[in-house]
Amino acid sequence: MYNIDKIRADFPILKTEQNGKQIVYLDSAATSQKPQQVIDTLCDFYTSKNSNVARGLYKLAENATLEFESVREKTANFVNAGATEEIIFTNNTTEGANLIMRGWGEKFVKKGDKIVTTVMEHHSNFVPWQQLAKRKGATLEVVDITDDGMLDITNLEKKIKGAKMIAVSAASNVLGTINDIRSISKLAHESGAVCVVDGAQSVPSIKTDVRKLDCDFLLFSGHKMLAPFGSGVIYGKPELLEAMDPFLYGSEMIRSVKLKESEWANPPYKFETGTPNVGSILGLGTAIDYINKIGLENIRKHENNLISYMLKRLKEIKGLNIVGPTHAEKRGSLVAFTLDVAHPHDVSAMLADDGICVRSGHHCAMPLHDRLNLVASTRASVYLYNKKEEIDALVQSLEKVRQVFG
Amino acid sequence: MSNEEIYQEFIIELYKNPLNFGTLDNSDYKAEIYNHTCGDLIILFIKVTNGLISDVKFSGKGCAISQASASLFTEYLKGKKVEELKTIKKEDVLKLLKIDLSKNPSRMKCALLPYEALKKAIRSS
Repeated sequence: MYNIDKIRADFPILKTEQNGKQIVYLDSAATSQKPQQVIDTLCDFYTSKNSNVARGLYKLAENATLEFESVREKTANFVNAGATEEIIFTNNTTEGANLIMRGWGEKFVKKGDKIVTTVMEHHSNFVPWQQLAKRKGATLEVVDITDDGMLDITNLEKKIKGAKMIAVSAASNVLGTINDIRSISKLAHESGAVCVVDGAQSVPSIKTDVRKLDCDFLLFSGHKMLAPFGSGVIYGKPELLEAMDPFLYGSEMIRSVKLKESEWANPPYKFETGTPNVGSILGLGTAIDYINKIGLENIRKHENNLISYMLKRLKEIKGLNIVGPTHAEKRGSLVAFTLDVAHPHDVSAMLADDGICVRSGHHCAMPLHDRLNLVASTRASVYLYNKKEEIDALVQSLEKVRQVFG
Repeated sequence: MSNEEIYQEFIIELYKNPLNFGTLDNSDYKAEIYNHTCGDLIILFIKVTNGLISDVKFSGKGCAISQASASLFTEYLKGKKVEELKTIKKEDVLKLLKIDLSKNPSRMKCALLPYEALKKAIRSS
């Protein structure tokens, strides 16, 4: 039994008001809210556990290091990585993509090579590869989508041939589309290409098993799955991490430094330069515990019910056009749409008056909006704490926008 | 300011029927500018005759605030001396809109998009 009231009670922000109305938070695709347990972890850390990691030999420092490393283990288990060394902590998904671009791309992508990505990518998993291709004289091939907002697999099969790598999202942050990563990584490997997966929108609510998916890299952000900001994760296959160059140089990532040369630490430390965001990473550990306690399958089912209901209710609104697949099971946790009478910016600003938090704009996916011939869209996204009544509030408020602009 | 206060009738009217919407083939100043948060686009065209702004047009896509602002701003520029273009301040644009956006930083960007277009046009001329 999914106890929504009990879950909601853990999220203090859901009890707050915006413009005198109880907050209706439908923007978890941008960042999730945090349960009290995660907030307490941060507070406890700075109150009684604060210390740098991997340095001091006193109790505080040893404990901080142990706890920090225990989160690495938790994270490895969460995505079913083979070993803790395959988990690198970063600030966010964007930094993760840049780390792979610099560490792997700069070293292995050569002039004339082919890099493949898709038109549905978030800028984070698009711009680094576009710029790498430019610098290296490599070509960038962009896989198209079908008219119903799915990834065009025929197009992908054609483009992946002879490619060095593919960068693809597990779930689109605008279309909502869930991509079949297992098949894509298989196609990539048949062509000898490395498969980089942006899991920012999928990992928070869809069970992700990196060994089953057989992806080479997986990127995600803790802040979209109940954890504090600054708790991003990269999973990487050990042989690739071993072969890569460091991303940032300096402290933590070295084994020895001489006047003229330096030797790098082993992965994952080779890629964790500088003092890490210890408090946030500990918060990630608590967030993973929280998610595991409810169960990813239950979360996915709950979200699927909500998205199914949202699609049904949104279709009732005159002049509202849903972006992406119209079936909930093909979607992650969000629905983007446009309303004929008002610009998306105006829509979300009006909704804000009713306490409703949604996002409007291009959602860092300008190539996709160009492809869809849209300037922007409005996006409503749900997570484990949302309820049906909030979708009713959204629909009611959208009807109001129609009246003002109609 | 609540959004209901922001969306006064004249703003919605200008959104539906913008003033000076279109292009100028023989413009003396031209700039294309995106609002990076929402992808809105404004292209501003200015025609100068004998040192005076003789015609101004804008095109592109945007929200009610940016469209209303562009409508009022293009009207405001007409008839001004070319030298005056450099002296126009953000506040001049906001005054035209008659709404207080000081607590709405993201909407402020929408309102100032035509002004940013003007600055870009001057820089690149």
